[in-house]
Amino acid sequence: MSGWEPVIGLEVHVELATQTKMFCACTVSFGDPPNLHTCPVCLAHPGALPVVNQRAVEYAVRIALALGCTVRPRNVFHRKNYFYPDLPKAYQISQYDEPLAVDGAFDYWVGDERLSCRINRVHMEEDAAKLVHSGESGRIAGSDYSLVDFNRGGTPLIEIVTEPDIASPEAAREFLNQMRNLLVELGVSQCIMEEGQIRWDANISVRPAGSTTLGVRTELKNMNSFRFLQQALESEIPRQTAILEAGGTIDQETLHFDPETGTTSSLRSKEEAHDYRYFPEPDLLPLVIDPAFVEEIRAAQPELPAARIERFVRDYGLSRYDAFVLGAQGPLARFYEAAASGADPKLTANWTMGEYLAHINATGLEPGHGHVTPARLAALVGLVADGVISGSAAKQVFALMAEERAEPQEIVERHGLGQISDEGALDAVVARVVADNPAQADQFRAGKEQLLGYFVGLVMKATQGRANPKLANDLVRKALGK
Amino acid sequence: MSALDPLRLTALEARRLLIEGEVSAAELTKVYLDQIERVEGDVHAYILVADDDAAKYATKIDSEMGAQRGALAGLPTAIKDNMVTEGTVTTCASKILAGYQPIYTATAVRKLFDDHVVMLGKTNLDEFAMGSSTENSSVAVTHNPWDLGTVPGGSSGGSAAAVAAGEALWALGSDTGGSIRQPAALCGIVGMKPTYGAVSRYGLIAFASSLDQIGPLARSVADCALLLQHIVGRDPRDSTSVELPAPVQVPTAESLEGLRLGIPREYLGSGVEQGVRDRFEATVALIEKLGGRCAETTLPHTEYALPAYYIIAPAEASANLARFDGVRYGYRAAGADDLIEMYERTRGEGFGAEVKRRIMIGTYALSSGYYDAYYGQAQKVRTLVRRDFASAFDQFDLLISPTSPTVAFPIGSRTADPLAMYMSDICTIPVNLAGLPAISIPCGLADGLPVGFQFMGPAFSENLILRAAHALEGAIGFDTAPTFRAASEEAPS
Repeated sequence: MSGWEPVIGLEVHVELATQTKMFCACTVSFGDPPNLHTCPVCLAHPGALPVVNQRAVEYAVRIALALGCTVRPRNVFHRKNYFYPDLPKAYQISQYDEPLAVDGAFDYWVGDERLSCRINRVHMEEDAAKLVHSGESGRIAGSDYSLVDFNRGGTPLIEIVTEPDIASPEAAREFLNQMRNLLVELGVSQCIMEEGQIRWDANISVRPAGSTTLGVRTELKNMNSFRFLQQALESEIPRQTAILEAGGTIDQETLHFDPETGTTSSLRSKEEAHDYRYFPEPDLLPLVIDPAFVEEIRAAQPELPAARIERFVRDYGLSRYDAFVLGAQGPLARFYEAAASGADPKLTANWTMGEYLAHINATGLEPGHGHVTPARLAALVGLVADGVISGSAAKQVFALMAEERAEPQEIVERHGLGQISDEGALDAVVARVVADNPAQADQFRAGKEQLLGYFVGLVMKATQGRANPKLANDLVRKALGK
Repeated sequence: MSALDPLRLTALEARRLLIEGEVSAAELTKVYLDQIERVEGDVHAYILVADDDAAKYATKIDSEMGAQRGALAGLPTAIKDNMVTEGTVTTCASKILAGYQPIYTATAVRKLFDDHVVMLGKTNLDEFAMGSSTENSSVAVTHNPWDLGTVPGGSSGGSAAAVAAGEALWALGSDTGGSIRQPAALCGIVGMKPTYGAVSRYGLIAFASSLDQIGPLARSVADCALLLQHIVGRDPRDSTSVELPAPVQVPTAESLEGLRLGIPREYLGSGVEQGVRDRFEATVALIEKLGGRCAETTLPHTEYALPAYYIIAPAEASANLARFDGVRYGYRAAGADDLIEMYERTRGEGFGAEVKRRIMIGTYALSSGYYDAYYGQAQKVRTLVRRDFASAFDQFDLLISPTSPTVAFPIGSRTADPLAMYMSDICTIPVNLAGLPAISIPCGLADGLPVGFQFMGPAFSENLILRAAHALEGAIGFDTAPTFRAASEEAPS
């Protein structure tokens, strides 16, 4: 390294999957015809007033608790003022100096390294509407006109602000990936990135390695791709480093990342930054959060991915990597646990990460859906463990199980895939294999022990892999007189 | 029927006549539509007269509703044009909302519709309720029915003038810094601002959200009580609304005996005209004769109330009025080349001078680096004003003062001097800052023009205020029929 280290902080925005919007009773929707879900409140007609969505507050508290934050008993909504056509009131109802929750931490892994990032605050606000620009590019530049779709306007939005504790682009990417898993697990958002349900701003500065002061930062706004985030940060670090090494200074500015060129360009400078003229929203009373309400939510919190991964290591004896693969996301974790309850956990882990994940990836099925149920996978693992079928036969069974609604035992029987453990039946095969290969038989008898595998292989081939390997071994030795 | 005099008929009496079948809703409505026909050309109280709809609806009440009639069925009512009415154009007297058709109806108005009042029309106001004379209207200047050369006060000047001139039985107004009480005082009628939160603001086009409150204007205290009774209540659509601890009672036989009334000396400063001072003092003497106990008191932070108000109200207004951007409804300037130019020209052409002045003051007061010195400081003053009232109410049941330091002033006499105009509300603003209820009743004439007398009470003391005001009103015996003095006429000596 060049002696410079990056310092990264994130502001993560999450659209909550509540039924209705943050301040009115309109349905939260995706993909519906434009402006279907609107009312005087979310269109900002004269005289309309906001009313706080209690479910949104509940979801926000869930997030705050999952991040170990202190939920403040009294919090205040503020108006953030600026003009733009996607903001019908010309102010966003947000939170400012009295947010919902403060002082938490989020633990995440990069490879085998467990990292912790402090959370500065979690606050509630409302989403803007969606602008649809005319023309093929869909961008504002070059479009003749723009239309506003207010369906999204007023969707509950949570902002999670970190401290600048993230030390690499890769860590930033992992932080977001694992944060997304957490939010999905909490049931507060589907976090569909293409829909913009989770998106973030990244602040980045560089400083001499080991320094404890912060350099001047730049901000990458409104991103919703892990890959582009990593690319953008990876291009910004050498840019800032080069400027500082040349004795220059970094301008505090907002940057735009162009995925096509892989570089950043300036969107606006600090001088051009908005003065949002925050002031307390007079249409809403300060939100008083009853500690009993918080405790109720705390008691009902689901197990979070980090805790689950630790438990998988502890209870199932999995490696940390395997525990992460199986435990990071709820649906797969639930599938695995259900299957592991009926079969050896480690074997089940191998089958879940191997055949099952490949199946899920190939079909696009959600874990837990399709014909391969946890019980069937457990039964299949059991058949292998008990020596009823061989490992290679089991792969065939799995493939058939994915195609049809049938128990593995039934498939084994129907397709005759059961292991041949009957001496009488195998003897004939062994005798034929030995007779067909007199030269190798002689060599074996002369002491070339390695040829045992050759003969067993031939037996397996002749039985389509159904021969009990241990029995085949014994019978070959016996037939060759050893 | 022909004996009905719209200049003296009260809502309570009209309701009795309707219930007893002595007059039909259609006949009653016609009395007011005829009066509008007769005097509206001089008064200009309305922005929109819904004469056909009103007549049709009154007929419907008579012929179809029978026993289903609501408690206020058939009572001809005017609505200030800053409350949205679905299907009826609502403009806030602003060019920026010219022709705007609301898509819903304000809660307070909805409640009256549910009680089957007949809406006569939408009344004039200072644009976005910003003003004290109704001269800041983009539509017309309203004239005071007592002297057509003077202003009716504001911003609910249209509602006050309509009631005074017999163009409506009663009306809804809104009061942010005196906008119900001051025009009621200048027009010789009764106007009440309820406790903040008593009436839903949903559908009231916001001027200053933490100060705005809808209330009644009527020919008598009892009428005010009756109208108030039907608009109060917690509204799930307005988070700042509350249920009153006790229902509003229409006062009947009341007394001032033993009531402790404080007179804040700061409200009788040098700005109070001699004629107003005389009427006020005569009224205090009358109260004492009736057994009330009046004594001077102090609200020491009164002098800071006006400046604090002129920070807080414009600050909130600067955000509240930002939604008028030409994008979704209302006026949009044609031919702009880009978004910023569209915004600038729409708002530049759509808003009047006073509205722009307050948007600029408010924007400045909230700006980075100025917030603490202006908005933050003003909020502190607000707390002090609230405390002043709280300690005064430790000693007194109610406070009393003139409503306005002056009687109605000539049209045009203060438009060039915003500060002089702002002084009109010196006696009414502190109550809004503290969120308290207050009423103005007429207490006589000075130079032939009405003088208003104000009762102020603790939060939720509506019933006490109404009882006291009703008792005093009976003793004063003010004749609410205005003189319609022409602009050029001299006041009778």
